[in-house]
Order: sequence, then C-alpha cells, then structure tokens
Amino acid sequence: MADKKIRILVAKPGLDGHDVGAKIVVRALVDAGFEVIYTGLRQSPEMIANAARDEDVDVIALSILSGSHIPICQRLAELLEEYGLSDRLWLIGGNVPREDHEALLKIGLDAVFNTGSKLQDIVDFIKEKTLERAA
Amino acid sequence: MNVQRKPDADTRRNESGIEIKPLYTAEDVVATKIEEAGVPDGVGAPGAFPFTRGIHDMMYRKRPWTMRQYTGFGNAEDTNKRFKYLIETGNTGLNVAFDLPTQCGYDSDDPMAGGEVGRVGMAIDTLKDVEVAFDGIDIENITVSLTINGTAAIMIAMYLAMAEKRGFDLTKLRGTCQNDILKEFVGRGTWIYPVEPSVRLVADTMEYCAKHAPLYSPVSVCGYHIRESGATPTEEMAYGFAIASAYFDEVLKRGLDIDEFAYRMSFNYNIFGQFFEQICKFRAGRRLWAKIVKNTYGAKNPKSMWLRMIAGGGGAGLTIEQPENNIMRGAYYALGCVLSGAQTIALCCYDEAYTIPSEKAQRISLRTMQLLIEEMGMTDTVDPLAGSYFVETLTNEMEAEMVRIMKEIEDKGGIVKMIADGEIQAHVSKQAYEQHKDLETGAFRKVGVNCHEIEEDEPEVEMHPYKKEDTDRQIARLNDTKASRDQAAVDKALADLKAAAEGDANTMPAIMDAVKAYASVGEITAVLTEAFGRFQEPMRF
Repeated sequence: MADKKIRILVAKPGLDGHDVGAKIVVRALVDAGFEVIYTGLRQSPEMIANAARDEDVDVIALSILSGSHIPICQRLAELLEEYGLSDRLWLIGGNVPREDHEALLKIGLDAVFNTGSKLQDIVDFIKEKTLERAA
Repeated sequence: MNVQRKPDADTRRNESGIEIKPLYTAEDVVATKIEEAGVPDGVGAPGAFPFTRGIHDMMYRKRPWTMRQYTGFGNAEDTNKRFKYLIETGNTGLNVAFDLPTQCGYDSDDPMAGGEVGRVGMAIDTLKDVEVAFDGIDIENITVSLTINGTAAIMIAMYLAMAEKRGFDLTKLRGTCQNDILKEFVGRGTWIYPVEPSVRLVADTMEYCAKHAPLYSPVSVCGYHIRESGATPTEEMAYGFAIASAYFDEVLKRGLDIDEFAYRMSFNYNIFGQFFEQICKFRAGRRLWAKIVKNTYGAKNPKSMWLRMIAGGGGAGLTIEQPENNIMRGAYYALGCVLSGAQTIALCCYDEAYTIPSEKAQRISLRTMQLLIEEMGMTDTVDPLAGSYFVETLTNEMEAEMVRIMKEIEDKGGIVKMIADGEIQAHVSKQAYEQHKDLETGAFRKVGVNCHEIEEDEPEVEMHPYKKEDTDRQIARLNDTKASRDQAAVDKALADLKAAAEGDANTMPAIMDAVKAYASVGEITAVLTEAFGRFQEPMRF
C-alpha cells in the first residue's frame, strides 16, 4: 500500500461548464504527487460512478458551480452504494451554500471545499483521510 | 506571464507582463508610437479611423452607454416579470441568461437536464417559451442580448420568429446574440458539436442575418470568458480578435463582401484587473481591430472597423470574503468601462460570487452606473484620458503586445486548430493555476483574501430559491406544445434540416422552419448532432 499512489477522480457533474477551478485543483493534486484522472465536462452521475469503478480510485472529487449539487450527489450516492464504492473518500468543491453542507455530509460526502479553499488544505485533507483509511 | 503586484517589488509589471514605470513623459509616447498611414499622431480623433478614442465622435454626450444587466431564471413567466422590473428601474437593454439544458441543447424533460431546469437562467424548449418571455416587451426600443452559444442558431431563429409573429420588420430588428462558440471550448464550456461544424454554424447565422436581419448582431465575440479562464488582458483581446477573424474567414468563403457583415460584429470584454491596464487594453484593442478590418480584410465602411463592445462583468475579480467590497470593486469597474468607451455595460453584482444576483444587488449595480451619468459628469467629454503620457504609452505597448500574441497564434497554425487541439485551453489553465498559487502566497494581492482580512461570519446573502415545481411546469408546457403542434410540419422541417446539415447549405432557413413549427431545442440539436457528431474534450495539461 505504501508505494501505491493515491488515485483521485476529479469530475465535473452536470452541465456546468465552469472548469477553471477543477483544472486548478487537478494541477495542484498532480503537483502534490497524486495520480489524477480528470473526466472533463458534462458527466452524469452514472458516468462518474462508472469511471470511479473502472479506474478503481481512492478519492472522488466533484467540482460544481451551478447549484445542482444536491440532486446530483443524491443520485451519485445511490450508484456508489450499488457499486460498493461507498467507502471511497468523497469530496465536493465549488459554490455550495453553507446551508447545504449538512445535507451533503448526510448524503455521504466527506468534505465540502467551497470556493476560496486553500489548495494545501485540500491536499492535506486527502493525505490524512486516505492514510486513516489505509490503516 | 509574470504578474508582480507586490507593492515593495523593485520592478512592477501589469498582468500583461508590461513593465510599469513610476513616471511617463512625452518621450515615452513618441518612443512607443505605432505608425499608421493617414494617422500622423497614431491616435486620431474620436469617431474616425483608427478609433483609439472611441467609435463615435460625440460618444456619451449624444447617448450614454446602454445599461444591460444579466438576467433570467426559472421559466419564461418568471423571467418576463424580471425583465419588466429591470425596464421599470431604468435598464435600457436586456441581457438574457438561459439555463444549462437550453444552452447545451437538452429539453427540460431530458434526463441530462435533471436538477438543472431553470437553475442558472431561463428554460427554453420551444418558440412558445420565447413568446411568453418577451410578451409585452417593446423589443423595438429595448434591445435584447441573448447569452447563448451552443444552441445560438436555434435561439436566434426563435427570437426572429417571435419578432416576425408580432409583426416586426426583421430588416429593422436590432439585438445581439453571444454565439461565440470558439471561446466556449476555452472557457464556459457549453459546446455541443466538434470545433469545425460549430464554426460553420456561427457563419450560417452571420450569413443569414446579413441577408434577412441586417441590423441584428448575430455574434458577440467574448474575450471575457477566456480572461476568466486565466488569459492575461492582452491575450484576452488578441484571442478575441483571432476568433472574430476565424468567423470572418468562414463567412468570406461564402462569397460575401466584408462590408456586408463586419459592421454587425460585436465584442464582449472583461473589466476586472488593474485600472489603467484595462482602459489601455480597450483603447489599444479598438485601434488594433480597426487596423485589422481595414488593412487585412480591406473593409471600406468605417462601421465595419468599429470595435463595438459590451464591457463589464468582472465576476472573477469579486470575492466571497467581505462581499460588500464587491460594491466598491463594481464602481471602479464601471468607471473603467466608461473611461474605455464601452457601448454597453453589464456590471457585476456584489452577490454573484454566490448566487444569481438579487434584485437589490442588481439595483445597486444599475445605480452605480447611473451615478456616473447623473452626478459625476462622465458623459460630458469624450475620451478624457487621451493625451496622458501614461495612458497613450501604455495603449501603444498593449497594442504591440496584442500584435505579438496574434502573430504567435498564426505561427502555431491558427486559433481554430489551437482550440481543437486543446492548446489554448492548456495554456490559460496553466496560467490560472500559477495565478491561484500567487493568490495563496500573497504575491498577487486581493483585499479580504490575502491582505486586510477580517474574521467574518458567513455572509448573509439572499439565495435564489430553486423550486422543483418550476421544472414540472416547464415540462408540462413542453408536453402541451408538442401535443398541439402540427407534427407533420415538424417532421418535414427536421428532415430538411438534416439534409442541409449533411450538405453544404446554410442551416438557418431550415432551423427557422423548425422553430416556427414548434420543434424543440432538444429535437433540433439531436438532428444536428447526428450530422455533426459531438465534441470530445482534449485532455491536455
């Protein structure tokens, strides 16, 4: 496990085309030494779940700014459950109003990184949590 | 890019990488002057080639800029009400936001539209929705700008069809559609088809409008979103001009004369960043574009050479931290737009880092512009900064840098190829990453983010409510429209469209027939996708 790189799927769910943030996070994660698979735009929950399964990733990171995070995450949670991927670290970043954070955590997400989050905080969180899970 | 804004740095550069000196004199203006035949001082007069000082001789003295705030949400009825509110409060134009399914070519009942109907703009499925959205709006005097790209040909067709049904003479109809698909591949992301057929569709709308709606502006080229994606201000301008030229080249291939369509080209540029760099960007860009259209394309009509532009926005300059500061940023942005000679201004709203702007935030943005007109005397004198050693020097230097970037694009095979290969995307996203790191280290200063921070509670922002009933209502109307339309007419129109798309014919007449028969956005897009295929994003980092 020690020498296996942590694999992260960065996905842009829904129709939202604002990918500046997602691409910045991809570069930061690569620079931090992770292996990153970026899906590109217009991913349905089905496409994301399939990619997570096929690529056998340790972490699923969504980026969304259109406001559709709740319905998209609800559907993705069902699929991750179905595929036996509920144990994977699951993050979301973008414009997520504070009042939705609790709902997202309840759906099964491990953390919400709003616009303005520090890249290092995202990297540290992933390192810490994946280590905990590997232990 | 070498962004250095730290106040204690020895050498200061603006975001475009141009060194900024502590003092400028007449010698700097002379040393940087760009020679142009018939323009002895290199600047010229307002309203005259090369239009450095503005495209009109009297500029705002004759008529202030158009104030066009970006709006649209929910469905056509909701948006129609907001339009009327905006007009009552003094907006002189409308700037329509569409929801993502409409922008990406999905009907409201498509599984891909799930959770997105009416979310970030108005949902449009058929001409019926467009009729409702503009009901009671005086589209002859209130010019409407449609912010849509991937499905722009369909939306232009729907808008023209609506106007025609209301008895308007299309040859007199004004308005604008964004319809700049090339920038969608770089930023914003509402592409549908591969790059080449996408450019063809843009040219179809330009050719069609030149012949049938000659006062309508079918394309507004957007450096704006490329800038938000990480381009420098000079790249923003240069990429925009390269893109506009690509559309021109495509239309010229069809045998039109440059002066038959170039005069309707419009531009959309961003305003956030350093104050004088922005102003000089616009002055330099206006002059360079005039030279390109005159010297490269051989236009004779001065109007073809105009850089008619909407400036403003600036969302990328706003912060979630201390959101009230965004009101001040907006005021500086508005002042910058005015000193730049923008024809239309759409100012960002302080809450838009979070949500669709509230009525209050929209009113504050509108008032910001009205203050400049009513209280500050900003409409009295044309291009008041002309002759400033600094402004004229920086204008010259910005123009030279734009020319250099455009040459580089040409050397690399042209903008269309670079976008299709993902080269531009990789370049700007790398810069966005570098800039973000500078933001985190404080090398790139941002008030409230990395300097002058305060402990603050989660800001109280009025959130735009999302209601599932809106989606249900929208789908119900789509079903009603489908049930009551003449299906045979729809089938025929779609078959004609398929034939046009698979051949070389202009697709617009067939799209017009299809929308008039109440074919939906999703149905028309499906036919075009069959003919053109779908774009596959190049993953280059």
